[in-house]
Amino acid sequence: MSRIKIPRKSTAIDMTAMCDVAFLLLTFFILTAKLRQEDPLQVDTPAATTKVLFPDIDVATLTVGKGKIFFGVEGTDVRQELLDAMGKKYNQTFTPDEKKKFSTIPSFGVPMAQLKQFINLREEDRKKFVQPGIPVDTTNTSELFNWIHEARVADATLRNKSLRIAIKGDSRQEYPEVKKVIDILQKQAINKFSLITSLKDSK
Amino acid sequence: MAELDTSGGGKKGGKIRSKKASTRIDLTAMVDLAFLLITFFIMATTLAKPKAMDTFWPDKTKKEAQLPVPESRTMTVLLGNNSSIEWYIGAPGKSAPTIDNFGKSGIRKTFIEKNKEIEASHAGPNNFMIVLVKPSDKSTYKDFVSILDEINIAGIKSYGVVDILPVEVALLKKDGHY
Repeated sequence: MSRIKIPRKSTAIDMTAMCDVAFLLLTFFILTAKLRQEDPLQVDTPAATTKVLFPDIDVATLTVGKGKIFFGVEGTDVRQELLDAMGKKYNQTFTPDEKKKFSTIPSFGVPMAQLKQFINLREEDRKKFVQPGIPVDTTNTSELFNWIHEARVADATLRNKSLRIAIKGDSRQEYPEVKKVIDILQKQAINKFSLITSLKDSK
Repeated sequence: MAELDTSGGGKKGGKIRSKKASTRIDLTAMVDLAFLLITFFIMATTLAKPKAMDTFWPDKTKKEAQLPVPESRTMTVLLGNNSSIEWYIGAPGKSAPTIDNFGKSGIRKTFIEKNKEIEASHAGPNNFMIVLVKPSDKSTYKDFVSILDEINIAGIKSYGVVDILPVEVALLKKDGHY
């Protein structure tokens, strides 16, 4: 029996097309990318059918979950200005270094008394730090009220725009806690704000 | 890649010919790199962007006279525990509330039907139904968002979120929804 000779083929494949596709996808992902930021308070947002995209500029987010309230505002310059204003209000001075560190924190939930200590933690320790949430009461002098108010002032002076407020609540959060936040907003005559939801198909 | 061409300088006076090199480059490494970067960007980005539901609330700082609204056009929706809903039309306590649930054939159907009924039975340009949402202390944020969503879907023109009254809490309690 004679062996059938199989002609040897070169194993090199033309990679050009594959390379093109790969870089096309890469470009797409780079352009649409917005780096994921770790939320200090994990919330499960309820689903709704609204398709309005949540803006990512000139917006302050109030995260409500597990009975705690966290606050965050977009824009590093706004955050620095905000910390400055809050420091003046609560008789605390922050060094330029502390302000810079604060401007990298997307969302936080510590009372003013602990804020300095919290800012000076290293980033890894900050994640482990158990944040008690921002103190809230029904008066016009609660810390959350001032944070929101000063953030609006800071955004208005720097960008000349009105700050949008968004509430990001946990699905299982009981209503009274959310109501507290809404009451504070209404006291500042903020009568238009957004509720952050995840997308649900309309049944 | 830079390489010295040493083959040309042999004969004097002869034409200098550069070697024709193949234009093919091995792209495997480049593709590897590209896919590595793609993987990184997919992992590091948030694909599902959050959506925002815009809500409008009455101005509490101004003390203006509110428009009187006939009771027959208002529907009050009470939110109880475990995603329960009760609704009634008119003043509290006059008629027993109806127990309803979320979903296509639940509160959404009710909204659309009652809206039509009220529009048919009232005259004038302002004959739409007004929905008052009253979340109780036992309701969750999810129910609250769901009911606002249902209102948007049903196309209710006018709605408001109001604090619950003790009478209404009693109604919820009676049905075991508080």
